[in-house]
Amino acid sequence: MIPFEYIRPSGQKAALDAIAKDASAQFIAGGTNLVDLMKKGVVSPQKLIDIGKLPLKEIKEANTGLHIGALALNSDVAENEIVKTKYSLLSQALYAGASAQLRNMATVGGNIMQRTRCTYFYDTTMPCNKRKPGSGCGALKGYNRMHAIFGASENCIAVHPSDMCVALTALNATILVSNNKGERKIPFGEFHRLPGDHPETDNTLQKGELITAIIIPENNLQHSCYLKIRDRASYAFALVSVAAALEIADGKTKDVRLAMGGVAHKPWRLTDAEKFLKGKPATENNFQQAAQIAIKGAKGYGNNNFKIKLASAAITEALNKAAGKA
Amino acid sequence: MNTQKPRQASENGSDGFNASRRDFLKLSSAVAAASITPSVVTKAADKKVDERIADYFEKMTLNIEVNGTAQQLQVEPRVTLLDLLREQLHLTGTKKGCDHGQCGACTVHADGKRINSCLSLAIMNEGKKITTIEGLAKGEELHPVQQAFIKHDGFQCGYCTPGQIMSAVSCIREGHANSAGEIREFMSGNICRCGAYPNIVDAIMDVKKGGQDV
Ligand SMILES: Cc1cc2nc3c(=O)[nH]c(=O)nc-3n(C[C@H](O)[C@H](O)[C@H](O)COP(=O)(O)OP(=O)(O)OC[C@H]3O[C@@H](n4cnc5c(N)ncnc54)[C@H](O)[C@@H]3O)c2cc1C
Ligand code: FES
Ligand code: FES
Repeated sequence: MIPFEYIRPSGQKAALDAIAKDASAQFIAGGTNLVDLMKKGVVSPQKLIDIGKLPLKEIKEANTGLHIGALALNSDVAENEIVKTKYSLLSQALYAGASAQLRNMATVGGNIMQRTRCTYFYDTTMPCNKRKPGSGCGALKGYNRMHAIFGASENCIAVHPSDMCVALTALNATILVSNNKGERKIPFGEFHRLPGDHPETDNTLQKGELITAIIIPENNLQHSCYLKIRDRASYAFALVSVAAALEIADGKTKDVRLAMGGVAHKPWRLTDAEKFLKGKPATENNFQQAAQIAIKGAKGYGNNNFKIKLASAAITEALNKAAGKA
Repeated sequence: MNTQKPRQASENGSDGFNASRRDFLKLSSAVAAASITPSVVTKAADKKVDERIADYFEKMTLNIEVNGTAQQLQVEPRVTLLDLLREQLHLTGTKKGCDHGQCGACTVHADGKRINSCLSLAIMNEGKKITTIEGLAKGEELHPVQQAFIKHDGFQCGYCTPGQIMSAVSCIREGHANSAGEIREFMSGNICRCGAYPNIVDAIMDVKKGGQDV
């Protein structure tokens, strides 16, 4: 790891002033993604601003919904009683991610900001437009078993690896960010971006901005399931994952949320499938049809072709499980 | 060499010693202060000199409690907690398997929580209480989880074992050791190349059932 400067501000203002002053600086929270990438030489910030001491760890209910501070640990959020009962989808997704040790270090803000696990991104001897714009995409014609089936471009077929973000997209969360001039809110679905011509840009956070919290509006989605399909039973990134949440009244789907992980450069919301299901009976047949709608437009790149069929089966199973039919 | 004090983590980095190594190498007057001739130092390829300067200027003070002993140490910001424990404090019980958060061999407790010490910078642990495998036993008396690993043959080569044991203690303390399935899920962050998993699960179940204080 190349040497860098390190500071640890105790207040938010000092942290925001420090990042505004220094374009090469980067925040560090749990370090589980950044330290890994620095060891590999994928990123090499000259200065780290440790935000670990900022008072942004609180999880509390407010009239706008549930507020979760950006520095709340993944384990604390997963274990939280309010989260477990009212936002179970989020708790399930967090438990499906990483390991108990990593969840004790990983923060909500860091989880949102984590980089792709694409092996070409990680291997500095390989071409990668995300790591080195203009160098090409090694995965496009390379070994792309883990890669995107939705929304990719000729420049990048990497996926966003987070489980938590898939649940937060489905739950219509909002991200609260601050810089040294003020604050703004970003709807979760608009935070991460598709690669297009600029795969080096993962999201819409601007230089100098800090994620301070996420807000999840209240919901009536009593039935939910986060289903993660991976190469081993635990401690592996998703091949595909599905966040499914349902409000069922008189056997009909009153409200439905569907999103997928491991399939795109951002958490992938399945809006057409949601529209199809709304108002319809919550039956396996309808779930299967919704899954067929969801995978329309999916495109494989060779090694990952299997993901298309896997995705539709996983959507059906997640909906069945959420509705208590599996 | 004069004996300039290592800098403390500052609020905003505006103290006098915040020049990065790269900046520093450009400052030949500062080089003179380190009493090394500029012509030698400016050869960036000369790693040794380069490192010496980095060491000299970039070590920071870290207050940390390790296995019950409060310590004040000087560390470079890029040193991980794992390397601090092994290389500087010579607590080699904590193992380095992958160095990338993927195996759990480096598991220690920080303020009572199990973490991967390979992905935590030592300096980020300012003010924390760290417990390693060396700090688990009470003198000559082994911790119940250590006893159980021996009783159930919870290892072969033993390389993953310190991490497994630290993780197992947390697994029980967290309340995630209620069934074999739950133990497997909440111990998944510890890989064992020898495949001692069934015996590890048995050891944990035994301690949990015995209701001993962990
Ligand atoms: C072996 C392994 C397995 C994993 N498995 C999974 C998995 O199955 N599922 C999953 O979802 N994740 C998984 N992860 C990823 C893990 O969830 C992330 O590494 C973690 O969430 C990052 O959080 P952090 O606080 O450690 O971030 P850091 O490493 O500290 O930071 C990551 C990035 O976020 C930025 N950042 C952090 N906080 C803020 C903030 N408040 N505002 C703005 N920028 C910020 C940093 O500048 C940095 O660029 C795994 C990681 C490892 C190492
Ligand atoms: S050495 Fe830390 S997880 Fe492998
Ligand atoms: S005992 Fe050999 S790796 Fe676990």
